[in-house]
Amino acid sequence: MSTTTFEGVPTVGPSAAIEPSFLTSENTIGSWLFTRDHKRIALLFFASITFYFFVGGAAATLMRLNLATPEGLLQPAVYNRMFTMHGIIMVWFFLIPSIPTTFGNFFIPMMIGARDLAFPRVNLLSWYVFNLSGLVVLFSLVMGGADTGWTFYVPLSTVYANGYVLAAALAVFINGFSSIMTALNFVVTIHRMRAPGMTWMRLPLFVWAIYAVSVVMLTATPVLAMDTFLLAVERFIGIGLFDIQHGADAILWQHMFWFYSHPAVYIMILPSMGVASEIIPVFARRPIFGYAGMTIALMSIAILSFFVWAHHMFVAGISIYSGVFFSLMTFFVAVPSAIKVFNWTVSLHKGRISFDAPMLYALGFVLLFTLGGVTGLMLATLAVDVDLHGTYFVVAHFHYIMVGATVSAFFGALHYWWPKMTGRLYPEMWARSAAILMYVGFNLTFFPQFVLGYLGMPRRSYTYPPEWQSWNVLSSAGASILAIAYLLPLLYLGWSIFWGRKAGPNPWRATGLEWATPSPPPTHNFEETPVVSLGPYSYDPEDDTFIDQEGVSHAR
Amino acid sequence: MYHWIPFWPDTAAVNGVAVNNLYIAELALSALIMVSVVIMMLTFCIRYREGGSASRADRVRKTWHFEIAWTLATLVLFLILFVWGARTYIWLYRPPPADEEVYVVGKQWMWKVEHAGGQREIDALHVPVDKSIRLVMASEDVIHSFFVPAFRIKHDVVPGTLETLWFKANKTGVFRLECTQFCGLQHATMSGEIDVMTGPDYAKWLTSQGAEKSLAQQGADLFRAHGCSGCHGENSTVHAPPLSGLYGTLVHLQDGSVRRADEAYLRDCILNPRSFTVAGYPPIMPDFSGQLDEGDMLKLIAYIKSLGGNQESRR
Repeated sequence: MSTTTFEGVPTVGPSAAIEPSFLTSENTIGSWLFTRDHKRIALLFFASITFYFFVGGAAATLMRLNLATPEGLLQPAVYNRMFTMHGIIMVWFFLIPSIPTTFGNFFIPMMIGARDLAFPRVNLLSWYVFNLSGLVVLFSLVMGGADTGWTFYVPLSTVYANGYVLAAALAVFINGFSSIMTALNFVVTIHRMRAPGMTWMRLPLFVWAIYAVSVVMLTATPVLAMDTFLLAVERFIGIGLFDIQHGADAILWQHMFWFYSHPAVYIMILPSMGVASEIIPVFARRPIFGYAGMTIALMSIAILSFFVWAHHMFVAGISIYSGVFFSLMTFFVAVPSAIKVFNWTVSLHKGRISFDAPMLYALGFVLLFTLGGVTGLMLATLAVDVDLHGTYFVVAHFHYIMVGATVSAFFGALHYWWPKMTGRLYPEMWARSAAILMYVGFNLTFFPQFVLGYLGMPRRSYTYPPEWQSWNVLSSAGASILAIAYLLPLLYLGWSIFWGRKAGPNPWRATGLEWATPSPPPTHNFEETPVVSLGPYSYDPEDDTFIDQEGVSHAR
Repeated sequence: MYHWIPFWPDTAAVNGVAVNNLYIAELALSALIMVSVVIMMLTFCIRYREGGSASRADRVRKTWHFEIAWTLATLVLFLILFVWGARTYIWLYRPPPADEEVYVVGKQWMWKVEHAGGQREIDALHVPVDKSIRLVMASEDVIHSFFVPAFRIKHDVVPGTLETLWFKANKTGVFRLECTQFCGLQHATMSGEIDVMTGPDYAKWLTSQGAEKSLAQQGADLFRAHGCSGCHGENSTVHAPPLSGLYGTLVHLQDGSVRRADEAYLRDCILNPRSFTVAGYPPIMPDFSGQLDEGDMLKLIAYIKSLGGNQESRR
């Protein structure tokens, strides 16, 4: 039984008999700010990252407005600060924490049959540390922002830039500890707190993905802390570590930075792979194709991601043999990614497919990820990278992966788990329209940038020759559609909290343990610890039945 | 040469042709992959939609042989791309014997160019067609990146070292030169023009510039003015490594390492001689850091190279 004190105990109806949901069990502000419930902390994180998503989005809006004409709208200095802050905020304050801190936090314990994460207080601390770093980055932004690009390349960042680089670097430094704490919590939780019968090969793929990403976060983020610390010290007192005049190597920073930041790309994409693997079987009503292969692919991506960092430096003056090595490793890491695309696609074969909003987002994810992936192959090809490096082609490529794929999956997860988190259903037609609009808007924004890149438009430029305007106008037009598609869910999801239809415990007829609880779940998730007897995804498309992980069959 | 909506950039160098072929092959392959994923997805989504009557019996349950098959297929395909890309890369980044050498200095926010004959230009580079041109590039401040989209060549210009890049234009005309590494406030305007001319036009252009001394001669003046000739000169009695014929050869250093005497090595030795003491010589050379800017450095190097050596050196 719960030991929490109730302030708003339901007084009438049969619901009084069961434990109140985590949302209503306590209603004071203090009960939210000092909560140790992973579900509440997930919602706190959700509020924070949504805020930063729109701050970063505002910067992007200004950039696309500026690029609609070659003459531009912003002062060069303002434009340079906008793309820098856009990068820093979107990478560290939205993409990296996005899926793990919200859906990971909320659903990892529920999917493995636990009552909370292993270290609830560390989980809360992670949110505070995140917000502390957020305040520092907002300080940097309000004071005028940094002007180095999110990559902080030396000696520009240490000597030549005028902006608030120190504050931005400090924000990234602090932010890393939030990542580390959250990752540590997941690793320990997944190792130690699985319900009886929840063997490794019965874990839902989302749990595997969060596990893989946590391992990468735990091992890579300390390197980022060292990097940004050294950068801050160098800029502040000039210890000489990156001082070219005293024989330092300008390439050293790039090695250190990308040693974290390439794995960081996988930190951003792995959770979304987990989300897609979760959604597709539910709406195709059949098991995922090649479960074991998917887990192997996730883990091999996580490991190989540490050996590809110098593919960001093929034209930077590294030895050509080192270029050859890192190109080869990059092709290797693309193999498991390709396998995942095949497996998702074939998971539709002989399914019983419905096209609810989460499924639309998941299918959009697969397509955008594939296009991002094949253009990634081009960039992995050494000679082609020589041409494309530093151009808009690269910008388009990584936006397909990080925005196209990851943000689609984020919205997919949001729509998939929204009924569980809030107990309400959203208006389905609005959600489907937003999903389709997002797909169209995204492609219109970023596909023209592939062409611009191959034409030779350098990234991080506030102006360009007039003959490239048509593509830039298309891109800016797409961005306005994309902005609407991102704002729409805010409206109808907000509406649904108050007026949406009540969702039952399992509106999607899914097999996972999280669906065995009421919606929204009670504070301690499970009345009794569930006993798991089956792997995930036991759907049968032939007669549209399914067996949940506790072994209970459900008719159609 | 631009259309209202440009789809495809000019290709004006042999380097560009090689990269283009690979690029087109990869575009075709990407399209093939995309199309097959889309077709599979669409077919399944229509055929196996919720209300569809297609049979769901006999679903594939053993999946591993499919997975092994497409793992191997992608691996083989990727290895082919890798080898093709790597071979072209090595060819792109290993300058062949040059017909002309041009020295480029990047600084916020301009490209300064000096020809071997002493002709100087800013944000412009005149070169003859069908000749292989070797660029020796330095940066005075931050990292820049020298990029000519029509030639498909690019290399970062990193402060603290010298980088080389080569190309052989096969078409006359004027092509864009850009900086593709963010280098501060006016990065977007750090561009210029590459003017590819016929041989006679180029010769005419060179003489019309009114250069008085070649780069090597200017370097020789610096060589004397900074006192280098006192030790490294022909008639010096100081025990210093001879510079004639040095360029491009292998040098054995005191610390046991071996380096090729390319431009970057010469630069390192001048700025930081104690770290590159040549085996068998006393470490007596003073360091010249702070006394020479990148332009002077390139002139000195041009002079040392004019003393002979293995001109076909490779990085």
